[in-house]
Amino acid sequence: MHDTRTISRTDERPPDAAGSDDAVAETDQVLSPTRLAWKSFRRSKLGLVGSLMVLLLIVIAIGGEQFSPYDAYSMDSSVSLEPPSLAHPAGTDRFGRDQLTRLMEGTRISMLVSFVAVVLSLVIGIPLGLIAGYYGGLAGTVIMRGVDVVFAFPTILLALMLVATLGASLPNLILAIAVIFQANVVRIVRASVMSVKEREFVEAARAVGARDSVIMAQFILPNVLSPVIVQATFHLSLAIFIEAALSFLGLGTQPPTPSWGLMLNESRTFMEFAPWLTIFPGLAIIFAVLGFNLMGDALRDAFDPRLSQR
Amino acid sequence: MEGTDRPSKAGESAAPLLDVQELCTYFPIRTGILQRVRGFVKAVDGVSFHINAGETLGLVGESGCGKTTVGRTILRLIPATSGQVLYRGRNLFELSGSEMRRLRREMQIIFQDPVGSLNPRMRVGRIVGEPLEVHGLARGEQLRQRVGDLLERCGLWPGAAERFPHEFSGGQRQRIGIARALALQPKLIICDEPTSALDVSIQSQILNLLAELQDEFQLSYLFISHDMAVIHHVCDRIAVMFNGHIVEQGSRDEIINDPQHAYTKALLGAVPQPFPQ
Repeated sequence: MHDTRTISRTDERPPDAAGSDDAVAETDQVLSPTRLAWKSFRRSKLGLVGSLMVLLLIVIAIGGEQFSPYDAYSMDSSVSLEPPSLAHPAGTDRFGRDQLTRLMEGTRISMLVSFVAVVLSLVIGIPLGLIAGYYGGLAGTVIMRGVDVVFAFPTILLALMLVATLGASLPNLILAIAVIFQANVVRIVRASVMSVKEREFVEAARAVGARDSVIMAQFILPNVLSPVIVQATFHLSLAIFIEAALSFLGLGTQPPTPSWGLMLNESRTFMEFAPWLTIFPGLAIIFAVLGFNLMGDALRDAFDPRLSQR
Repeated sequence: MEGTDRPSKAGESAAPLLDVQELCTYFPIRTGILQRVRGFVKAVDGVSFHINAGETLGLVGESGCGKTTVGRTILRLIPATSGQVLYRGRNLFELSGSEMRRLRREMQIIFQDPVGSLNPRMRVGRIVGEPLEVHGLARGEQLRQRVGDLLERCGLWPGAAERFPHEFSGGQRQRIGIARALALQPKLIICDEPTSALDVSIQSQILNLLAELQDEFQLSYLFISHDMAVIHHVCDRIAVMFNGHIVEQGSRDEIINDPQHAYTKALLGAVPQPFPQ
């Protein structure tokens, strides 16, 4: 997940104008750094595939069971443990509930958990990282030692401990994931801030007399967001994974709410004679994780610092 | 390494605009887990000079001799260890935060690196207009107008305000930096090697622009450079810095024609001859 990828971009670069004075004509189209990144992102085929996968998941999450003739919760014992058929493309579970419908409903839970947890982690992590990176000193030390505590535990184990302590429920699960992720966000923001704050445009802002709040909000934050966005995308997939793992262990989503991890858990008993109950939730998890990761990879390439520094 | 401070001819009667007295800037060297201070890098060690209104003082020396630190310390971008900087008789180091902020209008800085000194995520119009906004001097249409004028005065065009720094060449970016420094109509501009990152042909354009602006707005410059030829071209007086000290200062002609200190002679000897024999 943390490999540094280098893709040759020589053919895409406009001629380097730094040394010569023949640069901008008055009529050229304005190219903002964001637009440059977007152009590069669009060029990535895998990124496009990933984005489409994520888009599909979002649509399903919003629409949920409305796309299905069945109800995710109503039981029908006459069709219990049916294998995949035209009527039930992903089979039915032991209570005769249509599994495809439950998977769609589970998408909503997974997306809700991952998006809310990631946004929460950004809301906590970005200000802490800015303070730790910009001021350093005692505040920075305290924040970073707190982060170290989070990093001292394996992710899943810490999530398990937090949820077990707070009580097994969806909000607590989201909170636990956010607490774990914010540590990563703080570290990334802090490191970027420490490098950006040494650059001369920050010094120029100080020479002008801009206040710290202005410098942080307008000069530093926009320049540290790219790595944070990339990391957040990977966090989205990791959150889906953690949600599934904890639900599988019975500490996340509670029955009868369908969740991919919970469905996997419930399928264990019937794995030998109803394997579709295990396979389809597993495929759903793979699909979501893959989609977010492909998108994240393309975003990382698009936000390549070599482009934004030019 | 005592400096041979010779009396300058110009401006002896009037009080100087900027008077730097025994300025010291030390950076602590911290080692070990406990970050104990083991010693100091004496980047600037007892530097004194003055700049009169409308004058250009050249601060020349090799890389790492502390000349950039002098400029940054005067503007309180780096805390001074000791000494005084008097601007129109007021000691900058004794001013409160808000007093200093007000005074920053009168002293600005132009940076060496035309890439790093402009925020890549801001449009040029915001970059140049930021000082006016910070001090609440202009808003809306008036701000746009002022920014356009500034850009034009610095050899760009008003439409450049809509663009991002990466779309400009090095020389153009330096012009943006100059426009930003001019925005507050300062009296003193610290030019920190403004041309050393540029091609020679562009260097002269920028130097000429700085000279024009000086005449037009009665600016005083502290011109920091390692290039004796550039210093010779733009400065009224020259201070030669070596290893955190000023070893020699005087009028341009005195320093160029009759250097006293061995280091000054070495610096002058390093200037390439346009027509070597």
